[in-house]
Amino acid sequence: MLVYKFLYSLGRYLCLMGRTFQRPERMKMFFKNYYREIYQLGINSIGIVLLISFFIGAVICIQIKVNVQSPWMPLWVSGYTTREIMLLEFSSSIMCLILSGKIGSNIASELGTMRVTQQIDALEIMGVNSANFLILPKILAIVTMIPILVTFSVASGIVGAYATAYIGHIITPADLTAGMQHDFTQWFFWMGVVKSIFFAFIIASVSSYYGYYVKGGSIEVGKASTNAVVSSSVLILFSDIFLTEMLS
Amino acid sequence: MIEIKSLSKEFPDKKVLHNINCTFFDGKTNLIIGQSGSGKTVLMNCVVGLLEPTVGEVLYDGRDFVKMNKNERTQLRREMGMLFQSSALFDSLTVLENVMFPLDMFSTLSLKERKKRALDCLDRVNLVEAQNKLPAELSGGMQKRAAIARAISMKPKYLFCDEPNSGLDPKTSIVIDQLIHEITVENSMTTIVNTHDMNSVMDIGENILFIYKGNKEWQGTNKEILTSKNQRLNDFIFASDFSKQMKKNIEENELQ
Repeated sequence: MLVYKFLYSLGRYLCLMGRTFQRPERMKMFFKNYYREIYQLGINSIGIVLLISFFIGAVICIQIKVNVQSPWMPLWVSGYTTREIMLLEFSSSIMCLILSGKIGSNIASELGTMRVTQQIDALEIMGVNSANFLILPKILAIVTMIPILVTFSVASGIVGAYATAYIGHIITPADLTAGMQHDFTQWFFWMGVVKSIFFAFIIASVSSYYGYYVKGGSIEVGKASTNAVVSSSVLILFSDIFLTEMLS
Repeated sequence: MIEIKSLSKEFPDKKVLHNINCTFFDGKTNLIIGQSGSGKTVLMNCVVGLLEPTVGEVLYDGRDFVKMNKNERTQLRREMGMLFQSSALFDSLTVLENVMFPLDMFSTLSLKERKKRALDCLDRVNLVEAQNKLPAELSGGMQKRAAIARAISMKPKYLFCDEPNSGLDPKTSIVIDQLIHEITVENSMTTIVNTHDMNSVMDIGENILFIYKGNKEWQGTNKEILTSKNQRLNDFIFASDFSKQMKKNIEENELQ
Protein backbone atom coordinates (compact mmCIF):
# COMPACT_ATOMS: atom_id res chain seq x y z
CA MET A 1 0.00 0.00 0.00
CA LEU A 2 2.81 2.37 0.95
CA VAL A 3 4.72 1.50 -2.22
CA TYR A 4 1.56 2.03 -4.31
CA LYS A 5 0.96 5.40 -2.65
CA PHE A 6 4.58 6.43 -3.25
CA LEU A 7 4.49 5.38 -6.92
CA TYR A 8 1.12 7.08 -7.42
CA SER A 9 2.42 10.34 -5.91
CA LEU A 10 5.66 10.13 -7.88
CA GLY A 11 3.77 9.54 -11.13
CA ARG A 12 1.41 12.42 -10.47
CA TYR A 13 4.34 14.68 -9.57
CA LEU A 14 6.15 13.79 -12.80
CA CYS A 15 2.98 14.37 -14.85
CA LEU A 16 2.58 17.77 -13.19
CA MET A 17 6.19 18.66 -13.98
CA GLY A 18 5.60 17.51 -17.56
CA ARG A 19 2.69 19.93 -17.85
CA THR A 20 4.65 22.65 -16.07
CA PHE A 21 7.78 22.58 -18.23
CA GLN A 22 6.19 23.58 -21.50
CA ARG A 23 6.60 26.74 -23.53
CA PRO A 24 4.39 29.48 -22.00
CA GLU A 25 1.46 30.49 -24.20
CA ARG A 26 2.13 34.19 -23.75
CA MET A 27 5.72 35.16 -22.90
CA LYS A 28 4.60 38.61 -21.79
CA MET A 29 2.22 37.11 -19.21
CA PHE A 30 4.90 34.62 -18.16
CA PHE A 31 7.48 37.34 -17.48
CA LYS A 32 4.89 39.43 -15.63
CA ASN A 33 4.24 36.46 -13.32
CA TYR A 34 7.95 35.65 -13.09
CA TYR A 35 8.86 39.16 -11.90
CA ARG A 36 5.97 39.12 -9.45
CA GLU A 37 7.16 35.80 -7.98
CA ILE A 38 10.75 37.05 -7.77
CA TYR A 39 9.48 39.94 -5.67
CA GLN A 40 6.99 37.95 -3.62
CA LEU A 41 9.06 34.83 -2.94
CA GLY A 42 12.63 36.13 -3.31
CA ILE A 43 12.93 39.83 -2.49
CA ASN A 44 10.48 39.47 0.40
CA SER A 45 12.70 36.76 1.90
CA ILE A 46 15.88 38.87 1.99
CA GLY A 47 15.06 40.34 5.40
CA ILE A 48 14.59 37.01 7.18
CA VAL A 49 17.70 35.54 5.48
CA LEU A 50 19.89 38.47 6.56
CA LEU A 51 18.51 38.45 10.10
CA ILE A 52 18.91 34.70 10.73
CA SER A 53 22.32 34.51 9.06
CA PHE A 54 23.63 37.51 11.00
CA PHE A 55 22.77 35.96 14.34
CA ILE A 56 23.88 32.44 13.40
CA GLY A 57 27.22 33.81 12.13
CA ALA A 58 27.66 35.69 15.40
CA VAL A 59 26.65 32.71 17.56
CA ILE A 60 28.94 30.24 15.71
CA CYS A 61 31.84 32.63 16.22
CA ILE A 62 31.08 33.00 19.93
CA GLN A 63 30.58 29.26 20.47
CA ILE A 64 33.87 28.35 18.80
CA LYS A 65 35.78 31.07 20.56
CA VAL A 66 34.32 30.50 24.04
CA ASN A 67 33.53 26.78 24.12
CA VAL A 68 35.72 25.05 21.56
CA GLN A 69 38.94 27.01 21.22
CA SER A 70 41.79 25.91 23.50
CA PRO A 71 45.33 27.26 23.96
CA TRP A 72 46.82 24.68 21.59
CA MET A 73 44.58 25.85 18.72
CA PRO A 74 45.58 28.76 16.49
CA LEU A 75 43.86 32.12 17.18
CA TRP A 76 42.29 32.23 13.73
CA VAL A 77 40.29 29.03 14.25
CA SER A 78 37.03 30.83 15.21
CA GLY A 79 36.95 32.91 12.02
CA TYR A 80 37.99 29.94 9.89
CA THR A 81 35.31 27.64 11.34
CA THR A 82 32.59 30.31 11.07
CA ARG A 83 33.40 30.87 7.40
CA GLU A 84 33.46 27.17 6.56
CA ILE A 85 30.20 26.39 8.38
CA MET A 86 28.45 29.29 6.67
CA LEU A 87 29.82 28.39 3.23
CA LEU A 88 29.53 24.63 3.37
CA GLU A 89 26.30 23.97 5.20
CA PHE A 90 24.39 26.76 6.86
CA SER A 91 23.83 29.22 4.01
CA SER A 92 22.96 26.53 1.49
CA SER A 93 21.27 23.66 3.32
CA ILE A 94 20.00 25.04 6.62
CA MET A 95 18.90 28.33 5.03
CA CYS A 96 17.00 26.34 2.36
CA LEU A 97 15.33 24.32 5.12
CA ILE A 98 14.23 27.58 6.71
CA LEU A 99 13.11 28.97 3.35
CA SER A 100 11.14 25.79 2.65
CA GLY A 101 9.02 26.76 5.65
CA LYS A 102 8.45 30.30 4.44
CA ILE A 103 8.29 29.87 0.67
CA GLY A 104 6.92 26.31 0.60
CA SER A 105 3.93 27.06 2.80
CA ASN A 106 3.30 30.25 0.82
CA ILE A 107 3.20 28.38 -2.50
CA ALA A 108 1.13 25.44 -1.22
CA SER A 109 -1.46 27.65 0.46
CA GLU A 110 -1.71 30.01 -2.53
CA LEU A 111 -2.23 27.20 -5.05
CA GLY A 112 -4.45 25.25 -2.63
CA THR A 113 -6.71 28.25 -2.13
CA MET A 114 -6.85 28.78 -5.89
CA ARG A 115 -7.86 25.14 -6.28
CA VAL A 116 -10.64 25.15 -3.67
CA THR A 117 -12.06 28.48 -4.91
CA GLN A 118 -12.15 27.05 -8.47
CA GLN A 119 -9.67 29.60 -9.84
CA ILE A 120 -7.57 26.78 -11.30
CA ASP A 121 -10.71 25.28 -12.89
CA ALA A 122 -11.46 28.72 -14.36
CA LEU A 123 -8.01 28.76 -15.99
CA GLU A 124 -8.53 25.26 -17.40
CA ILE A 125 -11.95 26.17 -18.81
CA MET A 126 -10.39 29.17 -20.54
CA GLY A 127 -7.95 26.79 -22.23
CA VAL A 128 -4.94 27.90 -20.16
CA ASN A 129 -2.39 25.28 -19.08
CA SER A 130 -2.81 26.11 -15.40
CA ALA A 131 0.26 24.16 -14.25
CA ASN A 132 2.48 25.97 -16.72
CA PHE A 133 0.89 29.36 -16.02
CA LEU A 134 1.00 29.12 -12.22
CA ILE A 135 3.92 26.84 -11.34
CA LEU A 136 6.64 27.54 -13.93
CA PRO A 137 7.13 31.20 -12.90
CA LYS A 138 7.37 30.13 -9.25
CA ILE A 139 9.97 27.43 -9.89
CA LEU A 140 12.11 29.65 -12.11
CA ALA A 141 11.81 32.63 -9.75
CA ILE A 142 12.95 30.56 -6.76
CA VAL A 143 15.75 28.88 -8.71
CA THR A 144 16.89 32.39 -9.70
CA MET A 145 16.60 33.95 -6.27
CA ILE A 146 17.82 31.26 -3.85
CA PRO A 147 21.47 31.32 -5.00
CA ILE A 148 21.37 35.10 -4.48
CA LEU A 149 19.85 34.62 -1.02
CA VAL A 150 22.57 32.07 -0.22
CA THR A 151 25.21 34.65 -1.15
CA PHE A 152 23.51 37.25 1.05
CA SER A 153 23.36 34.68 3.85
CA VAL A 154 27.12 34.01 3.71
CA ALA A 155 27.84 37.75 3.70
CA SER A 156 25.42 38.40 6.55
CA GLY A 157 26.91 35.55 8.62
CA ILE A 158 30.38 37.01 8.22
CA VAL A 159 29.09 40.46 9.20
CA GLY A 160 27.52 38.80 12.27
CA ALA A 161 30.88 37.26 13.16
CA TYR A 162 32.54 40.68 12.83
CA ALA A 163 29.85 42.14 15.10
CA THR A 164 31.10 39.82 17.88
CA ALA A 165 34.55 41.22 17.32
CA TYR A 166 33.74 44.93 17.06
CA ILE A 167 30.72 45.15 19.38
CA GLY A 168 31.02 42.12 21.68
CA HIS A 169 34.87 42.12 21.81
CA ILE A 170 34.80 38.31 21.98
CA ILE A 171 37.61 38.02 19.44
CA THR A 172 39.99 40.52 17.93
CA PRO A 173 39.17 41.70 14.40
CA ALA A 174 42.68 40.75 13.32
CA ASP A 175 42.29 37.13 14.48
CA LEU A 176 38.87 36.92 12.88
CA THR A 177 40.16 38.33 9.57
CA ALA A 178 43.09 35.91 9.65
CA GLY A 179 40.64 33.02 10.10
CA MET A 180 38.33 34.28 7.38
CA GLN A 181 41.23 34.46 4.92
CA HIS A 182 42.93 31.23 5.94
CA ASP A 183 43.10 28.51 3.27
CA PHE A 184 40.09 29.83 1.33
CA THR A 185 38.71 27.36 -1.26
CA GLN A 186 36.54 29.16 -3.78
CA TRP A 187 34.79 25.90 -4.78
CA PHE A 188 33.13 25.75 -1.34
CA PHE A 189 31.16 28.85 -2.24
CA TRP A 190 30.12 27.43 -5.62
CA MET A 191 29.26 24.12 -4.01
CA GLY A 192 26.79 25.93 -1.78
CA VAL A 193 25.32 27.72 -4.79
CA VAL A 194 24.95 24.48 -6.78
CA LYS A 195 23.32 22.73 -3.83
CA SER A 196 20.93 25.62 -3.30
CA ILE A 197 19.75 25.42 -6.92
CA PHE A 198 18.71 21.79 -6.37
CA PHE A 199 17.06 22.68 -3.07
CA ALA A 200 15.24 25.59 -4.68
CA PHE A 201 13.76 23.25 -7.27
CA ILE A 202 12.69 20.82 -4.54
CA ILE A 203 11.02 23.57 -2.49
CA ALA A 204 9.12 25.07 -5.42
CA SER A 205 8.07 21.89 -7.20
CA VAL A 206 7.11 19.81 -4.16
CA SER A 207 5.14 22.67 -2.59
CA SER A 208 3.40 23.33 -5.90
CA TYR A 209 2.50 19.65 -6.16
CA TYR A 210 0.85 19.64 -2.74
CA GLY A 211 -0.98 22.91 -3.35
CA TYR A 212 -2.11 22.10 -6.89
CA TYR A 213 -3.80 18.82 -5.98
CA VAL A 214 -5.67 19.98 -2.87
CA LYS A 215 -9.20 18.60 -2.57
CA GLY A 216 -11.67 19.96 -0.05
CA GLY A 217 -11.63 23.18 1.94
CA SER A 218 -9.55 25.27 4.29
CA ILE A 219 -8.51 22.34 6.50
CA GLU A 220 -7.08 20.50 3.48
CA VAL A 221 -5.26 23.67 2.38
CA GLY A 222 -3.66 23.83 5.83
CA LYS A 223 -2.71 20.15 5.66
CA ALA A 224 -1.25 20.59 2.17
CA SER A 225 0.80 23.51 3.42
CA THR A 226 2.19 21.43 6.31
CA ASN A 227 2.84 18.40 4.06
CA ALA A 228 4.63 20.62 1.56
CA VAL A 229 7.03 21.91 4.22
CA VAL A 230 7.63 18.47 5.77
CA SER A 231 8.18 16.71 2.42
CA SER A 232 10.44 19.37 0.95
CA SER A 233 12.47 19.50 4.21
CA VAL A 234 12.96 15.72 4.21
CA LEU A 235 13.90 15.74 0.51
CA ILE A 236 16.37 18.57 1.08
CA LEU A 237 18.02 16.63 3.91
CA PHE A 238 18.28 13.43 1.84
CA SER A 239 19.52 15.15 -1.28
CA ASP A 240 22.00 17.13 0.82
CA ILE A 241 23.83 13.91 1.65
CA PHE A 242 24.10 12.85 -2.00
CA LEU A 243 24.97 16.32 -3.29
CA THR A 244 27.65 16.82 -0.64
CA GLU A 245 29.13 13.45 -1.49
CA MET A 246 29.04 14.18 -5.21
CA LEU A 247 30.32 17.76 -5.09
CA SER A 248 33.08 17.28 -2.50
CA MET B 1 -26.00 23.46 -29.92
CA ILE B 2 -24.67 20.92 -27.44
CA GLU B 3 -25.84 17.31 -27.62
CA ILE B 4 -25.20 14.71 -24.96
CA LYS B 5 -25.45 11.11 -26.11
CA SER B 6 -25.54 8.08 -23.81
CA LEU B 7 -23.38 9.77 -21.22
CA SER B 8 -22.55 7.87 -18.03
CA LYS B 9 -20.10 8.74 -15.29
CA GLU B 10 -18.81 6.28 -12.77
CA PHE B 11 -16.46 6.93 -9.84
CA PRO B 12 -14.59 4.05 -8.15
CA ASP B 13 -17.18 3.87 -5.38
CA LYS B 14 -20.36 5.09 -7.13
CA LYS B 15 -22.11 5.44 -10.47
CA VAL B 16 -23.34 9.03 -10.62
CA LEU B 17 -24.81 9.46 -14.13
CA HIS B 18 -26.76 6.81 -16.04
CA ASN B 19 -27.12 7.02 -19.82
CA ILE B 20 -28.02 10.71 -20.18
CA ASN B 21 -29.30 11.85 -23.59
CA CYS B 22 -30.30 15.46 -24.13
CA THR B 23 -29.87 18.55 -26.32
CA PHE B 24 -29.09 22.13 -25.30
CA PHE B 25 -30.18 24.71 -27.88
CA ASP B 26 -28.59 27.87 -29.32
CA GLY B 27 -29.89 31.25 -28.12
CA LYS B 28 -31.76 29.60 -25.28
CA THR B 29 -31.18 29.42 -21.56
CA ASN B 30 -30.93 25.69 -20.90
CA LEU B 31 -31.32 24.67 -17.27
CA ILE B 32 -30.17 21.55 -15.46
CA ILE B 33 -32.18 21.10 -12.28
CA GLY B 34 -32.30 18.45 -9.60
CA GLN B 35 -31.83 17.82 -5.91
CA SER B 36 -28.44 18.21 -4.24
CA GLY B 37 -26.42 15.09 -5.01
CA SER B 38 -28.49 14.18 -8.08
CA GLY B 39 -25.50 14.60 -10.42
CA LYS B 40 -26.06 18.10 -11.89
CA THR B 41 -22.56 19.35 -11.20
CA VAL B 42 -20.98 16.07 -12.37
CA LEU B 43 -22.97 16.37 -15.61
CA MET B 44 -21.84 19.94 -16.15
CA ASN B 45 -18.24 19.05 -15.33
CA CYS B 46 -18.43 16.23 -17.91
CA VAL B 47 -19.82 18.65 -20.49
CA VAL B 48 -17.09 21.27 -19.95
CA GLY B 49 -14.35 18.64 -19.69
CA LEU B 50 -13.38 19.04 -16.05
CA LEU B 51 -14.34 15.35 -15.69
CA GLU B 52 -14.03 12.60 -18.29
CA PRO B 53 -17.29 10.69 -18.90
CA THR B 54 -16.99 6.92 -18.43
CA VAL B 55 -18.94 6.43 -21.68
CA GLY B 56 -20.86 8.70 -24.02
CA GLU B 57 -20.46 11.66 -26.34
CA VAL B 58 -20.58 15.41 -25.79
CA LEU B 59 -21.11 17.09 -29.16
CA TYR B 60 -20.43 20.80 -29.57
CA ASP B 61 -22.11 21.61 -32.89
CA GLY B 62 -21.27 18.08 -34.00
CA ARG B 63 -17.70 18.07 -32.63
CA ASP B 64 -17.19 15.32 -30.03
CA PHE B 65 -15.34 16.87 -27.10
CA VAL B 66 -14.59 13.48 -25.52
CA LYS B 67 -12.65 12.26 -28.57
CA MET B 68 -10.72 15.50 -29.11
CA ASN B 69 -6.97 15.66 -28.57
CA LYS B 70 -5.39 18.19 -26.22
CA ASN B 71 -4.92 20.92 -28.83
CA GLU B 72 -8.44 20.57 -30.19
CA ARG B 73 -9.82 20.79 -26.67
CA THR B 74 -7.76 23.91 -25.97
CA GLN B 75 -9.14 25.53 -29.12
CA LEU B 76 -12.71 24.59 -28.22
CA ARG B 77 -12.29 25.85 -24.68
CA ARG B 78 -11.59 29.30 -26.08
CA GLU B 79 -15.18 29.25 -27.34
CA MET B 80 -16.45 28.59 -23.80
CA GLY B 81 -17.18 30.94 -20.93
CA MET B 82 -17.96 29.74 -17.45
CA LEU B 83 -19.47 31.32 -14.39
CA PHE B 84 -18.52 29.33 -11.30
CA GLN B 85 -20.51 28.95 -8.10
CA SER B 86 -17.78 30.76 -6.17
CA SER B 87 -17.26 33.30 -9.02
CA ALA B 88 -13.60 32.12 -9.20
CA LEU B 89 -12.26 35.62 -9.85
CA PHE B 90 -8.48 35.88 -9.52
CA ASP B 91 -7.83 37.38 -6.06
CA SER B 92 -4.68 39.26 -6.98
CA LEU B 93 -6.18 41.02 -10.02
CA THR B 94 -8.58 43.96 -10.13
CA VAL B 95 -12.01 43.54 -11.70
CA LEU B 96 -10.81 45.12 -14.97
CA GLU B 97 -7.69 42.90 -15.02
CA ASN B 98 -9.88 39.84 -14.39
CA VAL B 99 -12.09 40.70 -17.37
CA MET B 100 -9.05 41.47 -19.51
CA PHE B 101 -7.32 38.22 -18.54
CA PRO B 102 -8.73 35.96 -21.32
CA LEU B 103 -8.09 38.74 -23.83
CA ASP B 104 -4.50 39.16 -22.61
CA MET B 105 -3.95 35.42 -22.92
CA PHE B 106 -5.56 34.67 -26.26
CA SER B 107 -6.52 37.72 -28.30
CA THR B 108 -4.33 39.58 -30.77
CA LEU B 109 -6.02 42.90 -29.96
CA SER B 110 -3.95 45.91 -28.92
CA LEU B 111 -3.94 46.97 -25.26
CA LYS B 112 -6.32 49.83 -26.06
CA GLU B 113 -8.75 47.49 -27.84
CA ARG B 114 -8.53 44.91 -25.06
CA LYS B 115 -9.29 47.54 -22.45
CA LYS B 116 -12.20 48.86 -24.49
CA ARG B 117 -13.65 45.35 -24.90
CA ALA B 118 -13.27 44.68 -21.17
CA LEU B 119 -14.93 47.99 -20.28
CA ASP B 120 -17.78 47.21 -22.71
CA CYS B 121 -18.30 43.88 -20.91
CA LEU B 122 -18.24 45.59 -17.52
CA ASP B 123 -20.68 48.19 -18.84
CA ARG B 124 -22.97 45.36 -19.97
CA VAL B 125 -23.13 44.08 -16.39
CA ASN B 126 -23.27 47.62 -14.89
CA LEU B 127 -19.93 47.31 -13.12
CA VAL B 128 -17.74 49.95 -14.75
CA GLU B 129 -17.49 51.92 -11.51
CA ALA B 130 -15.90 48.90 -9.74
CA GLN B 131 -13.24 48.28 -12.40
CA ASN B 132 -10.31 49.12 -10.12
CA LYS B 133 -11.53 47.18 -7.11
CA LEU B 134 -10.22 43.79 -6.02
CA PRO B 135 -12.71 40.88 -5.92
CA ALA B 136 -12.56 40.81 -2.10
CA GLU B 137 -13.95 44.36 -2.05
CA LEU B 138 -17.09 43.39 -3.99
CA SER B 139 -20.43 42.05 -2.77
CA GLY B 140 -21.54 38.54 -3.83
CA GLY B 141 -23.78 39.90 -6.58
CA MET B 142 -21.06 42.20 -7.91
CA GLN B 143 -18.60 39.28 -7.95
CA LYS B 144 -21.08 37.25 -10.00
CA ARG B 145 -21.53 40.15 -12.43
CA ALA B 146 -17.75 40.56 -12.74
CA ALA B 147 -17.46 36.82 -13.41
CA ILE B 148 -20.15 37.09 -16.12
CA ALA B 149 -18.21 39.98 -17.69
CA ARG B 150 -15.05 37.83 -17.71
CA ALA B 151 -16.95 34.85 -19.14
CA ILE B 152 -18.29 36.89 -22.08
CA SER B 153 -15.13 38.91 -22.79
CA MET B 154 -13.99 36.44 -25.48
CA LYS B 155 -17.51 36.42 -27.01
CA PRO B 156 -17.97 32.70 -26.34
CA LYS B 157 -20.36 30.45 -28.26
CA TYR B 158 -21.09 28.40 -25.15
CA LEU B 159 -21.76 29.79 -21.67
CA PHE B 160 -21.89 27.58 -18.58
CA CYS B 161 -23.18 28.79 -15.22
CA ASP B 162 -22.81 26.61 -12.14
CA GLU B 163 -25.39 27.65 -9.55
CA PRO B 164 -25.14 31.37 -10.37
CA ASN B 165 -27.60 32.33 -7.62
CA SER B 166 -26.06 30.47 -4.71
CA GLY B 167 -25.56 32.79 -1.76
CA LEU B 168 -27.50 35.66 -3.33
CA ASP B 169 -30.69 37.33 -2.14
CA PRO B 170 -33.83 36.81 -4.33
CA LYS B 171 -33.68 40.30 -5.88
CA THR B 172 -30.02 40.01 -6.86
CA SER B 173 -30.69 36.47 -8.12
CA ILE B 174 -33.33 37.84 -10.51
CA VAL B 175 -30.86 40.47 -11.78
CA ILE B 176 -28.23 37.77 -12.43
CA ASP B 177 -30.80 35.48 -14.12
CA GLN B 178 -32.04 38.25 -16.38
CA LEU B 179 -28.49 39.22 -17.25
CA ILE B 180 -27.61 35.63 -18.22
CA HIS B 181 -30.82 35.36 -20.28
CA GLU B 182 -30.32 38.70 -22.08
CA ILE B 183 -26.68 37.95 -22.89
CA THR B 184 -27.69 34.51 -24.22
CA VAL B 185 -30.30 35.98 -26.55
CA GLU B 186 -28.12 38.94 -27.66
CA ASN B 187 -25.20 36.71 -28.63
CA SER B 188 -27.15 33.58 -29.67
CA MET B 189 -25.06 31.54 -27.26
CA THR B 190 -25.78 28.04 -26.02
CA THR B 191 -26.13 28.64 -22.31
CA ILE B 192 -26.38 25.90 -19.71
CA VAL B 193 -27.31 26.90 -16.18
CA ASN B 194 -26.99 24.46 -13.32
CA THR B 195 -29.44 25.50 -10.62
CA HIS B 196 -31.94 24.51 -7.98
CA ASP B 197 -33.38 27.99 -7.67
CA MET B 198 -37.07 27.82 -8.53
CA ASN B 199 -37.26 31.51 -9.46
CA SER B 200 -34.63 30.85 -12.13
CA VAL B 201 -36.59 27.85 -13.37
CA MET B 202 -39.77 29.88 -13.79
CA ASP B 203 -38.11 33.06 -15.09
CA ILE B 204 -35.55 31.91 -17.63
CA GLY B 205 -36.00 28.15 -18.10
CA GLU B 206 -36.59 27.83 -21.83
CA ASN B 207 -35.28 24.27 -21.92
CA ILE B 208 -35.15 22.43 -18.61
CA LEU B 209 -33.49 19.09 -17.92
CA PHE B 210 -34.51 17.45 -14.64
CA ILE B 211 -32.00 14.98 -13.23
CA TYR B 212 -33.13 12.47 -10.60
CA LYS B 213 -30.55 10.18 -8.97
CA GLY B 214 -28.29 10.43 -12.00
CA ASN B 215 -31.00 9.72 -14.57
CA LYS B 216 -32.71 12.07 -17.00
CA GLU B 217 -36.19 12.22 -15.54
CA TRP B 218 -37.88 14.97 -17.54
CA GLN B 219 -37.14 17.62 -20.18
CA GLY B 220 -39.35 20.56 -21.17
CA THR B 221 -39.98 24.30 -20.83
CA ASN B 222 -40.90 26.45 -17.82
CA LYS B 223 -44.50 26.54 -19.05
CA GLU B 224 -44.71 22.77 -19.37
CA ILE B 225 -43.31 22.30 -15.87
CA LEU B 226 -46.46 23.80 -14.34
CA THR B 227 -48.67 21.20 -15.96
CA SER B 228 -46.35 18.24 -15.82
CA LYS B 229 -47.68 15.01 -14.35
CA ASN B 230 -44.22 13.70 -13.46
CA GLN B 231 -44.50 12.98 -9.74
CA ARG B 232 -40.76 13.25 -8.99
CA LEU B 233 -40.56 16.57 -10.81
CA ASN B 234 -43.63 17.88 -8.98
CA ASP B 235 -42.22 16.74 -5.63
CA PHE B 236 -39.03 18.64 -6.41
CA ILE B 237 -40.54 21.82 -7.88
CA PHE B 238 -43.52 22.11 -5.58
CA ALA B 239 -41.83 20.99 -2.39
CA SER B 240 -43.39 23.50 0.02
CA ASP B 241 -47.08 23.66 1.06
CA PHE B 242 -47.31 27.14 -0.46
CA SER B 243 -46.07 25.99 -3.87
CA LYS B 244 -48.30 22.90 -3.72
CA GLN B 245 -51.28 25.19 -3.20
CA MET B 246 -50.09 27.36 -6.10
CA LYS B 247 -49.91 24.31 -8.37
CA LYS B 248 -53.43 23.26 -7.25
CA ASN B 249 -54.77 26.73 -8.06
CA ILE B 250 -53.19 26.62 -11.52
CA GLU B 251 -54.76 23.23 -12.22
CA GLU B 252 -58.18 24.42 -11.01
CA ASN B 253 -57.96 27.54 -13.19
CA GLU B 254 -57.12 25.35 -16.17
CA LEU B 255 -60.15 23.14 -15.52
CA GLN B 256 -62.44 26.18 -15.34
